[in-house]
Amino acid sequence: MKFKLNLSSIFSQLLLLFFVILWITPTFGLLISSFRDKDQLAISGWWTSLINTEVSEIHRTKGKNEQSKENEVYFIRGNLFKEDKGKKILSFGVTSKNINAYMVGEKAVLKDKSEIVVFENGDYEWRSENEFKKKKGRRIFITAKSPPSFTLDNYKEVLFEAGLGQAFLNTIAVALPATLIPLIICSFFAYSLTWMNFFGRDILLATIIASLVVPLQMSLIPILTIYNDLGALFNIEAKSFPGIWMAHTGFGLASTTFLLWNFMKSLPNEMLEAAKVDGASHYDTFVRIVIPLSIPAFASIFILQFLWVWNDLLVGLVFLDKHPSEIILTAKLKELLGSYGENWEILTTGAFISMTVPLFIFFSLQRFFIRGLVAGSVKG
Amino acid sequence: MSFFSLISTVIVGVLFFVIYFGLSNFILDLVCKFKSNSVALENSVRAIIFIAPAFLVLFMFILYPVFETVRLSFYDKFGREFVGWNNYLWALNDPNFRRSILNNLGWLLIVPTLSTFFGLVIANLTDKIWWGTIAKSIIFMPMAISFVGAGVIWKFIYDYRGTGDQQIGLLNAIVVSLGMEPQAWLTISIWNNLFLMAIMIWIQTGLALVIFSAALRGIPNETLEAARIDGASEFRIFWSIIIPFLERTILVIWTIITILVLKVFDIIYAMTNGEWQTEVLANLMYDWMFRGGGDSGRGSVLAFCIMIGVIPILVWNLYRHRQEQKNEI
Repeated sequence: MKFKLNLSSIFSQLLLLFFVILWITPTFGLLISSFRDKDQLAISGWWTSLINTEVSEIHRTKGKNEQSKENEVYFIRGNLFKEDKGKKILSFGVTSKNINAYMVGEKAVLKDKSEIVVFENGDYEWRSENEFKKKKGRRIFITAKSPPSFTLDNYKEVLFEAGLGQAFLNTIAVALPATLIPLIICSFFAYSLTWMNFFGRDILLATIIASLVVPLQMSLIPILTIYNDLGALFNIEAKSFPGIWMAHTGFGLASTTFLLWNFMKSLPNEMLEAAKVDGASHYDTFVRIVIPLSIPAFASIFILQFLWVWNDLLVGLVFLDKHPSEIILTAKLKELLGSYGENWEILTTGAFISMTVPLFIFFSLQRFFIRGLVAGSVKG
Repeated sequence: MSFFSLISTVIVGVLFFVIYFGLSNFILDLVCKFKSNSVALENSVRAIIFIAPAFLVLFMFILYPVFETVRLSFYDKFGREFVGWNNYLWALNDPNFRRSILNNLGWLLIVPTLSTFFGLVIANLTDKIWWGTIAKSIIFMPMAISFVGAGVIWKFIYDYRGTGDQQIGLLNAIVVSLGMEPQAWLTISIWNNLFLMAIMIWIQTGLALVIFSAALRGIPNETLEAARIDGASEFRIFWSIIIPFLERTILVIWTIITILVLKVFDIIYAMTNGEWQTEVLANLMYDWMFRGGGDSGRGSVLAFCIMIGVIPILVWNLYRHRQEQKNEI
């Protein structure tokens, strides 16, 4: 590799860096946010969580029931924090008007002559000559330094309570067959388009090419009607997993066939001729020769179709019910977006969960993914 | 549904097709063993076995629906009575429809152009830099994310809190730190469309980038070297050699993104549901498919409008396909 340290190279690097930062920041923010404490998430930007932040909070001391008496002096002792998150108190106050009137360790004298001291770790001591009478404790305002703190609580909540776990399984149950079925039937189809001679082959090929660009919106209403009629006729649910598998098969059929046809066309003709001479039937040729040779193409197409089905929203909305046993991830996420509009801990975590599988595929099989996209575009 | 019944449904669904092909071909082989008098007959039966499932699916899910949708666009909301051009007239007078057409045109103009532009620029940058592959991966990554997921990501960026509150949306935080007023970005008419388009550009630039990167490798190195020796600036090389070389690729990417943009639904549905003047055809169609029990007539008109948008591309693709077929023969 040649390193050229000239002005234009530095400029290109900076420009590229700018694009990279611009492109990664949104996703990065989501990832960070999904691990943040939900109270902090609601009041501060995610970028503040990477460094120590100052937070202002209100806490309450214990009431009269907790007091103890030592040498005629009454004490209430305790810790302001319910759990230790490593916060360090900088200052505190006893009225809302002046929330950081006292430094940590300083004695605050209240109107009734009692004294409160708050320490850095949240411990406090409230000391009075007279017996404490109030059942409720006193409000203490603190300003504390909070270290970056990350938690898996949001994931627990979203997966088990908000129902995303089930939606995740549903999406797998939709995506796997909706990817494998078109792959199976289209590979036979593409084979016959490439290697078999039959009447109307060219018209069929042209139809596939035309179907490549037909928007799936054109199909929604008629297919929904067919499904409803079939459902009424056989007294079954009109919205079902097999229904959406076949819908996805239909919508992915043209592109899958086209890509496979493009690939099979490029296979060496001699090999297939030789098989024919040996007396192999088309089925044998297909299973023994074409399938093994087509594995890379299958991998690319599998990834493209799987990602498309996994990320689809419209088909899932139209052909599946919205109740928990059928709803898919994207539809669930949209539902959360409506009902938990401001609960960012649920939304960010949910979005990230829905992205795990695509991102895993993306990073482990990027080569095949790109190959599929390029094959689909440079040619088509 | 429990975990195991889900798994078994999936396995049964997939096995069904494997068994179909395996069994029917097995039976055919068996029959031919005993009556091997006609190879031609065997081949045509096999062709039917191979083609039938895909063709039935193609017919039921694409071909029939296309004609049915066109037919339904002339019928009433239940698809029973012929109403002539009424649905089309309704569309022309519907303010939401007109807004959708305008917005779709805006999307069509801006998103493919900017995605292609950014993709081209970044592809050229990554080509020359040693950490280009990593950069490419990062910019390509949004392609793997669903539109709804991307919607959540960007809604978080556009989040708005009242003046004086701490902004948790990145965009408003930046705006406030520059001393300006925070804005509820998604509700500002007309401009909010641009904020929605930004999401699509963010996603599709990756597509353009990887395809351009692949195409750039096809430029002969000698041509570039010769130009450099002649003292051409990098900018000049970009304009006079790279762009003309990539002309076809640019066109292809542009059409792919155009088709995608015509159908844009998820982003609008998840972010604004067409409010604040962000309506687009696909979202309006979804709305009419289910609003008040569904109106198949109006829904079909809207679907057909999307179809009209792709017809030029369809014709062009078919034309190119014919040219290629001719060249091969």
